[in-house]
Amino acid sequence: MAAFFSFRQMRLFLQKEILVLPSRTIAFFFCLALLLLPLVTKDPYLLRIIIFSSIFAIFAASWDLLSGFTGQMNFGHALFFGVAAYTSAILNLRLGLPPWLTIPLGALMAVVAGLVVGIPCLRLRGPYLALATLAFPIILMAIVFTIPDLTGGELGVSGIKQLARSRIATYYICVILMLGLGLLMWKIGDSKIGIIFHAIREDEIAVRASGINTTRYKLLAFSLSGFFAGVAGGLYTHFIRIAGPSTLEVSLSFQAIIWAIFGGVVTIYGPIAGVFILYPLMEFLRILPEIRTLLFGLTVIVILLFMPEGLTTWVRDKIEKECPRCKVRNGAWRKTCRVCFADMKQKVVSRSY
Amino acid sequence: MIENILINGLIHGGVYALLAVGFSLIFGVARIVNIAHTAFYMVAAYLIYTFATRLHLHPLLAIFLSIVIVPLIGILIYQLTIKPIQEHHVTVLIVTITVAIVFQEIMLLLFGGHFRGNPSLFVGYLEIFGVRVSYQHLLTLIVVFFVLLVTWWILLRTRLGIAIRATAQDREVANLMGMNVSRVAMITMGIAVTMAAIAGVLVAPLSVVEPYMWLHPLVMMLAIVVLGGLGSIKGSLAGAFILGFAETLVVFLIPLGAFLKGAFSLTIMIVVLLIRPEGLFGVAFEEER
Repeated sequence: MAAFFSFRQMRLFLQKEILVLPSRTIAFFFCLALLLLPLVTKDPYLLRIIIFSSIFAIFAASWDLLSGFTGQMNFGHALFFGVAAYTSAILNLRLGLPPWLTIPLGALMAVVAGLVVGIPCLRLRGPYLALATLAFPIILMAIVFTIPDLTGGELGVSGIKQLARSRIATYYICVILMLGLGLLMWKIGDSKIGIIFHAIREDEIAVRASGINTTRYKLLAFSLSGFFAGVAGGLYTHFIRIAGPSTLEVSLSFQAIIWAIFGGVVTIYGPIAGVFILYPLMEFLRILPEIRTLLFGLTVIVILLFMPEGLTTWVRDKIEKECPRCKVRNGAWRKTCRVCFADMKQKVVSRSY
Repeated sequence: MIENILINGLIHGGVYALLAVGFSLIFGVARIVNIAHTAFYMVAAYLIYTFATRLHLHPLLAIFLSIVIVPLIGILIYQLTIKPIQEHHVTVLIVTITVAIVFQEIMLLLFGGHFRGNPSLFVGYLEIFGVRVSYQHLLTLIVVFFVLLVTWWILLRTRLGIAIRATAQDREVANLMGMNVSRVAMITMGIAVTMAAIAGVLVAPLSVVEPYMWLHPLVMMLAIVVLGGLGSIKGSLAGAFILGFAETLVVFLIPLGAFLKGAFSLTIMIVVLLIRPEGLFGVAFEEER
């Protein structure tokens, strides 16, 4: 980008593009803080929490890309995570492939899983689809238990290679991958494909009537989402160096949905924010081991009662307003739009669908 | 062997039927996918454990108390957490999942993670055609049959039942006809949770009581409602007995069957969905726009 050619241009870019909107400012400083954190502290426990948060952020965002954008509710998202985790682990252990090869291969295997689930499930809608997808990780888990020679049964596959030698290198791999893949997913959501995904959620029949092959796009959503979730699964298994049945559990699928909806769906940054708030909160609550899950549950319920559309959506609507004329977002403090100088106080005709 | 399969299949099927019919009712009326449904079943099981085994109350009193208290909790949960956000379907889903987790944690706090056994409330057995059927099993079968009959009667023969079915068919028109839709939804929630509570009370003496006992029935219940067709009571009944028997057969006939029982039932569900995407008795209705 041209903006990075000189210091002056960089400053201008910062001023004109990032600091004008509070949400962009927050996102910018969040990325900056993540990248600079190891300069301040090398506390392995803190780094570990952020590594886990990054991995699960990719996972939750990939759920959003499928279920949030296209509205194809997936209750068995752990399938992708688990398939990739087991594939990476077995490839690494049996064939001795290095992590930078096993993780993409695991992710591709998750894409295959996405197609295996997607093709039969495309005929189902709404709650039917949700409940049918719930079944697949459970069935796979039964298969895992019945072939313990390959999968290690209940104990899982252990003795896998580390992601990187040092904790800080691991940290940078996970954080940069999270930021990169998050940006990629966000861009996909903003692209033409993303618009079609949105449209499928709102009114599938209308999309089909406009001559778009919705089946193909839904399969695309399944594969893309499977790929990103697979990357998360591979990273996870190489970080904790074990691939066990817990990667396929119903509770992991539910966890992804909780993170995503808590943060706010159809945003990509919402689920990421959700994970980066809830996962460290869960770790922090370790000081109260007995009631930490209880407190976690109550927090989620209370916040969702006040902000049913998710945290980031609620915050964004508080700090930013849409220009009534040109629909560009503005900081809530502005009296006129930053692009078309329209009066921000004008009555907005509510757009209801 | 065969008689064991028959009795166990009937009992599992019956308990699943109680759960699935309740879930179907509340889905039909309020369009809520209530994941916390089986959590109420767990709460009922714990209550009967507390009353009968800890406090040594008379079994009938313990049963009565459990079946009264749980629906009250259910209605309270509905009013406090589900109703305010009913328009946001996805959020309702998460809230009910979280409610179930909260119940699980409360039970973990109060009772610990141990597996609690309950002695049978009624000891003894009856011989039918040379097969020994314990009173507890017999009671379970009779109660299941009776409750299903009563539910059927309420739905088809009373004013309330007509209101429930009307609301399930078309919420807006039912509202226009002067039915208090949100009250109908609340009452339906009460009925559904009562059925879950009865299922819990029946299961407590037959198996162990533990804080994670809601997960397996949840998966089974979801499979059953999908298999039978969402919102269809008849479908839920049929699905419950099909999967109840399938599960029992797998456990009895295949070694390692306990691992596979869930997976086997779910495979049946997926096969049925592939052939009939709307389930066995579901109506293929045009999607709401």
